[in-house]
Amino acid sequence: MTSGLARYIARRSLHSALLVLLITVLSFSIMRLAPGGPAQFLDDPRIGPEHRELLLESFGLKDPLPVQYAKWLWNVVRLDFGYSFIDRRPVIEKIAERVPATFQLSLTSFALGLLGIPLGVYAATRRGRWQDQTIRLFTVFGNAVPHWWLGLMLLVLSASTIRIFPLGGMYTVGDGSLPDRLWHLALPALVGALGGWIGFSRFVRSEMLEVLGQDYIRSARAKGLSARLVLFRHALRNALIPLITILGSSLAGLLSGGVLFETTFSWPGLGRMSVDAAYQRDFPVLMALTVIFSFLIILGNLIADVSYGLADPRVRYE
Amino acid sequence: MTGTARRLWRDRMTMAALGMIIVIVAVTMLASWIAWGVLDVDPYRQNLVQRYRPPSPANLLGTDDLGRDNLARTLIAGRVSLSIGLTIALVSLAIGVPIGLASGFYGGRLDDLTNAIIQTLINIPTLFLLILLSATLRPGVLVLAIIIGGLGWMGTARLVRGMGLSIRERDYVLAARALGASDGRVMARHVLPNVFSMVTVIAGFDVAGGILAESGLSYLGLGVQPPVASWGSMLASSLENVTRAPWLVVTPGAAIFLTTLAIFLLADGLRDALDPRLKA
Repeated sequence: MTSGLARYIARRSLHSALLVLLITVLSFSIMRLAPGGPAQFLDDPRIGPEHRELLLESFGLKDPLPVQYAKWLWNVVRLDFGYSFIDRRPVIEKIAERVPATFQLSLTSFALGLLGIPLGVYAATRRGRWQDQTIRLFTVFGNAVPHWWLGLMLLVLSASTIRIFPLGGMYTVGDGSLPDRLWHLALPALVGALGGWIGFSRFVRSEMLEVLGQDYIRSARAKGLSARLVLFRHALRNALIPLITILGSSLAGLLSGGVLFETTFSWPGLGRMSVDAAYQRDFPVLMALTVIFSFLIILGNLIADVSYGLADPRVRYE
Repeated sequence: MTGTARRLWRDRMTMAALGMIIVIVAVTMLASWIAWGVLDVDPYRQNLVQRYRPPSPANLLGTDDLGRDNLARTLIAGRVSLSIGLTIALVSLAIGVPIGLASGFYGGRLDDLTNAIIQTLINIPTLFLLILLSATLRPGVLVLAIIIGGLGWMGTARLVRGMGLSIRERDYVLAARALGASDGRVMARHVLPNVFSMVTVIAGFDVAGGILAESGLSYLGLGVQPPVASWGSMLASSLENVTRAPWLVVTPGAAIFLTTLAIFLLADGLRDALDPRLKA
């Protein structure tokens, strides 16, 4: 590893750490300074003044804001996000319950979405012909339509015709076998994969066209290598390197964008949980989710940037 | 006719998209008149006897959960969706264009600073921040649009920055400077007019992106609040209607789809017409 790369990684990590800190400050400030704030439930006239004091004290709402923030942050570092306002359970416990559902859906969507890569390669090799035009049309339409609405339409279709797919949820109550779970996963995962098909195919297509125009491709062809070999050994390998930079953000997008799919398909994941928490003004849950998701997204982008630097020696770190 | 206009006129797809946008804007702006005058329905009057009626001559696209006419409501909601999309675009242009222009033009420290800000904002999970902000602030329509635009100007700034960077090096900029033009004058008279046409293209994408962003947030129940309705908020309750009243799911979503598709196609066509070399 060159010292330039090491410096780049160090600087990039520092930037990410500062960013995480900034987001904790931001979400904390939004929560505490917003009208209503966390003490709004005390407006309830049934709570007497002496209890009000006691409650404020017990929730730590009487300290100065920076002290409140420092205490909160110290707890967050130890993964203690406090207790839900709604059911008094530890926030981290509630979140842990929902993690598998969200990961199952987003990772399946992500894996299916990777099929966009061969799609992009194919479009590039058929540049300008009807296959390329069809794929382009699909991406233009796909960009204009809200994918969660497409999911809704599939539910409508499924509900009004033969019920090929379930109308939401993770499994049939009382069943929960593997085929049953896969049956429930199919539709949301496919809709979630749309973003990958569109994003990856466009990205890979343009990268492939860029690489195919390079001199070393012409050299490889000139020395008589088969078209297949040139395409897969010389072109594809180089075209895929920049893909690393969008893999991280696309997975992150699926994690956080999952809110919409989870709502559409009644999927009991973290996204749905954040919307419910927003309705109920369950601030500890909402803050925990914001911080955790920001952390994951920033970490994902950091890993993507660093691996790009490792994979492509031409990247300069100025 | 200039080259750009001629190329646009010959591009049938783009002209069709433009026509569609004109129709959509016209029917949504005339929504009230169409509802009362043409369709002869009151889009706000609830009629619980008439709930969940399928499409019929009296209610061309059926009625909703409160017995209101679906078609009339879709048209009225379109006014809200389009205005929000437009406001979001204006906000992100108002922030993104000057920032991108200045950092592309001056480079150096200013460029580093704006890059750092952009990097920071891009790494923040926007949707979660929006959920957080709507939960705490309960914003009205205008504030909502300003927040979404304020969190989404980075793409615009980057594109404008790139263009500013390349224009800075052109001969006519050098010539203007040799004649003693100030930075401000060079930017206003030479750089801005040359990025302006591309900014209109970006504006198109921003409007479409704004409509999509608002619809998602409102679909979650965290955007536009009743009694105001947008296409997204009309879909918020549609989950319960998937089996009972599928027309309530189809109409607002189709309106979003057709509008954003038309805007994307127009912006795409405009870009090709402005710079034929970019055409795929």
